[in-house]
Amino acid sequence: MLTSILLLPLAGVLVNLLFGWRRGEKFAGWVATGAMGLAFLAAAWGFLSLLGLPPGQRALRSFLFEWIPVGGLQVKASFLLDPLSSVMALVVTGVGFLIHLYSVGYMHGDRGAVRYFIYLNLFSFSMLTLVLGDNFLVLFVGWEAVGLCSYLLIGFWHERDSAAEAGKKAFVVNRVGDFCFLIALFLVFSHFGSLDFGVVLPQAAATLGAGSAAATLICLLLFAGATGKSAQIPLYVWLPDAMEGPTPVSALIHAATMVTAGVYMVARMSALFALSPLAMGVVATIGALTLLLAGSIAVAQNDIKRVLAYSTVSQLGYMFLAAGVGAYTAAIFHLVTHAFFKALLFLGSGSVIHALHGEQDIRRMGGLRAGLPVTSWTFTVGGLAIAGIFPFAGFFSKDAILFAAMTSPHGGLLFWLAGAAGAFMTAFYMFRLIFKTFHGRCSLPIEQQARLHESPRVMLLPLQALAALSIAGGWMGLPLIRGADFFGDFLGPVFGKGAGAHHEVVLEVAMMAVSLAVALLGIFMAYNFYIRGQGAGAAYGRRWPRLYRLLLNKYYVDELYDGLIVQPIKRASIWAWRAFEDGLVDAAVNGAGAAVEAAGGAVRRLQTGYVKSYAVAMLAGAFAILVYLTVRGG
Amino acid sequence: MGGFALLSWILFLPCAGGLLLLFVRDGDEAGRRRVRLVAFAFSLATFALSLALYAGFRAGTAQMQFVEAASWMPQLGIAYKVGVDGLSLPLLLLTTFLTPIAILFSWEDVARRVRLYHVALLFLETGMIGVFVALDFFLFYVFWEAMLIPMYLIIGVWGGPRRIYAAVKFFLYTMAGSVLMLIAILWLYFAQGGQTFDILAHLDRPPDPALQGWLFAAFALSFAIKVPMFPFHTWLPDAHVEAPTAGSVILAGVLLKMGTYGFMRLAMPLFPSAARDFAPLILVLAVIGIIYGALMAMVQDDVKKLVAYSSVSHLGFVMLGLFSFNLLGASGGVLQMVNHGVSTGALFLIVGMLYSRRHTRLIADYGGIARVAPALSAFFVLTTLSSIGLPGLNGFVGEFTILAGAFQRSPGFAAVGAAGVVLSAIYMLWMLQRVLFGSRISQASQGLPDLSAREWAVLVPMAALMFWIGLYPKPLLQKIEPSAQAWLAQVGRRVLRVEAPVLGLPSGLPLGRGPASRRAPAAWAERLREGGRP
Repeated sequence: MLTSILLLPLAGVLVNLLFGWRRGEKFAGWVATGAMGLAFLAAAWGFLSLLGLPPGQRALRSFLFEWIPVGGLQVKASFLLDPLSSVMALVVTGVGFLIHLYSVGYMHGDRGAVRYFIYLNLFSFSMLTLVLGDNFLVLFVGWEAVGLCSYLLIGFWHERDSAAEAGKKAFVVNRVGDFCFLIALFLVFSHFGSLDFGVVLPQAAATLGAGSAAATLICLLLFAGATGKSAQIPLYVWLPDAMEGPTPVSALIHAATMVTAGVYMVARMSALFALSPLAMGVVATIGALTLLLAGSIAVAQNDIKRVLAYSTVSQLGYMFLAAGVGAYTAAIFHLVTHAFFKALLFLGSGSVIHALHGEQDIRRMGGLRAGLPVTSWTFTVGGLAIAGIFPFAGFFSKDAILFAAMTSPHGGLLFWLAGAAGAFMTAFYMFRLIFKTFHGRCSLPIEQQARLHESPRVMLLPLQALAALSIAGGWMGLPLIRGADFFGDFLGPVFGKGAGAHHEVVLEVAMMAVSLAVALLGIFMAYNFYIRGQGAGAAYGRRWPRLYRLLLNKYYVDELYDGLIVQPIKRASIWAWRAFEDGLVDAAVNGAGAAVEAAGGAVRRLQTGYVKSYAVAMLAGAFAILVYLTVRGG
Repeated sequence: MGGFALLSWILFLPCAGGLLLLFVRDGDEAGRRRVRLVAFAFSLATFALSLALYAGFRAGTAQMQFVEAASWMPQLGIAYKVGVDGLSLPLLLLTTFLTPIAILFSWEDVARRVRLYHVALLFLETGMIGVFVALDFFLFYVFWEAMLIPMYLIIGVWGGPRRIYAAVKFFLYTMAGSVLMLIAILWLYFAQGGQTFDILAHLDRPPDPALQGWLFAAFALSFAIKVPMFPFHTWLPDAHVEAPTAGSVILAGVLLKMGTYGFMRLAMPLFPSAARDFAPLILVLAVIGIIYGALMAMVQDDVKKLVAYSSVSHLGFVMLGLFSFNLLGASGGVLQMVNHGVSTGALFLIVGMLYSRRHTRLIADYGGIARVAPALSAFFVLTTLSSIGLPGLNGFVGEFTILAGAFQRSPGFAAVGAAGVVLSAIYMLWMLQRVLFGSRISQASQGLPDLSAREWAVLVPMAALMFWIGLYPKPLLQKIEPSAQAWLAQVGRRVLRVEAPVLGLPSGLPLGRGPASRRAPAAWAERLREGGRP
């Protein structure tokens, strides 16, 4: 059962590799979607099996084969289903299934649709390997493989220069993080002599010691790896560009699943992070800074997908903020609800783009509500959920994070302020997007308005399902009421915590009220700017042109990296090539050759016959000696 | 195997094929076809025999297996002695695997002087196998030198426009190195006592630590040129660029391994204390090579040069592994030699396929190839991923074990080496982007044919090997490990007896043994032990 969760998408890949090309897009799409559906059923079965076990013993392990056995390094292909990986597997297969289904409609007619579905299944397989792996290296396999699929799918329309460039950028930036991850693995191995979770995590405290430098170093390196995959400062720059890929890919990989891998990983390593308050502080601080930075950029973007991309970076910041203050349950809770509503938002944006034949600029949209009713209402549900409006899913998970940011022993007022400010920005940019896209006057050409049509059923169905999840998804983790936090109770044992961390009812209610008020304020301001006072937003942009340009150009971080890192390395390499390689090393060799040549007086003959005749002479000589010796010796 | 001299069959079958070819005429197309078929058949038969060798090879022992010894020139201490262990077996298989592939690739690629070409390839195969299996210095040296000539011819006759320059450079470089090695071998023969060329006998009694330095240096220089290690690498880009595709495949796939294998089989265990003394220097050069090779690769505008520099970088990993002096480094090093042969061999094959279509190696002349040749592009992407160490493919297993081993030896070196992993992604993916993707596609690339059946046949086995080693390296690792263990014991030997030479000095020789030095490499070995976790 455990391995069938994994192997079903892999089977989809193989079937499509063998038969998909000939049988065509429809076949490939349904094979891929069917594989995911079955994988979801397997994951659900796994989940139910876990529920049948007593809370302390919810872990199913499965061993496939010995992968790398060398001396002390014994790496097995082994997998683990515990509450944490079970939740992840459900999200990956469940949301993944809906997105596969949506893709059947979205990719209809694309020349590369078969290839697309192969990649999508391959991604699902890789992501499941990542979350189900029972040791660091299997996790790392999944970690790299999802990166590969991301690379392939961002650059899916490879005839577009920007897509090819974005794919490469994503891979390379991620590799920087992976480098740190790799070093962390070596450190773990040299301290524990093993890479198995079952060995390392239980022994972490005893082996490394709380507060030790080794623990801090390992955690910081692991987290550096997470900043790559999960798009945090300083490695978040690839994610916005990743929007070059087909929109369902943005939904699945760059919103719902892959980018949350870093959060999952940090949560999985919670036993290590518990040893290093410093590393926890770094995680929380980076999370808080990222959520503010990305949230503020999102406010000024005009590409519908880029707004959502920065929004994703920002929401991932929330998850790390939660993980950093030790509220892993809240982090995973937000991961799950975010998967629902962000997938919904991306798929909704895909529906818009689909209807507008590729248009992504919200300045050229408006009033689409009439033509795209289902897309419009589901998108609005997603907006309400991400903004954290009661009783939508995001309200509960964001509340859990904000509460922990304030009250956790690792938390503090500043963290809470950052989270609350982020909540305001989230509500504002989200409703700016909704108002400019679906409301107001339509800026499309008349003939295009007339032809505006809602997406096919196969695309709407996932939107409706995700909308339902975005509404009700938060109810599995209700605060305040004893025993109603099913989610927390299920996950709690993984992080070594009992249920019911929420005590201070009054404080919690007050904080909920504040964060709700802040979100409503954000929506209200967006309404004021973009519905009531038409163009008021632009007026503010003109009033502070510098700030506006700074946000519009994303704080010039890409330019900064290019100028400080990329170009210097390029220039240094070219210099080394011209001056050192050709100018010194090779010149020395050629010079030595020339000197020998001159000394030998064979100047004219060296370039042509010298070596050949030498070779022949040598061979002949050697042969003669051999013959002579053999004859004499024999 | 009974009385069947399997190893000798494997060793001399290609050579016999080459001799047979001398009697096949290649005047017309039918003749050329016959030549190709004969060459292919012989190389395939050799490969089949080597599979039998693999099947019969016992894991779990470090002993030399399939040993064949015959008296040859007993009064000179020269014998015909061959055998394989876990260090040479993978490389032997790599050689017999790549040769038929090279021949199959050359089917339409080489049209000029076909017979000579295939004779050279088959002789080369025997030479390469010989180097890996020889257990006698004399034999080793004969194969070592004999291998040079066909390679020199392959570059010099069927190469590109600057082939003569490249071939001469290749030849001089390697000759310069091997002369020094010859001197060192002769010293061992005369001064070390016994007057024997038996490698195993010499491995059992390393010379006085005080003298090991010079001997090691002589061997090491010869091998370092072959690897090639920074800064002895400049012959490689030239040789690769000018060599015909099959030449590049063999050169990168097997010939470079002669250097790393030489370090492993000879230089390090023969002179263990010198190897330890030199280790810091070699480690520094290895990581410089990793980074420097990658940076050079990044700025090349010629695909073949790019791949050539990537070899400099990748073989730096192997050296890093070997000089980590631990099991992970050594096993990973051997595996990585095979991996590099597969990945880089495949890269050269694909570049060769592109070249045969467009007759240019300049990256700028390509672009958008994925649109016209999807299957070729898919293999290109796969091979690239294998080369940059994506988990699940072969490169990762080797790199990871090497780096894990190096990390135990010295975290700093391992970290710098691991940075090469980032760089490799940059230069390889950037190359892919410019060759395969993008909106620009030149007129000449329009309508470019995708893979032919023969090209499929060349690439599929390579791809299968990438997956096999990447996913299930266990059988291979199990065969390597005992030999790597034994090797570690050899290179880890600490104080070496000096005052009571076993076999005494041959009289009448001017070569003296210096005063017995007690300068034990103790501090070094101590550190080694401490770091030698787990």
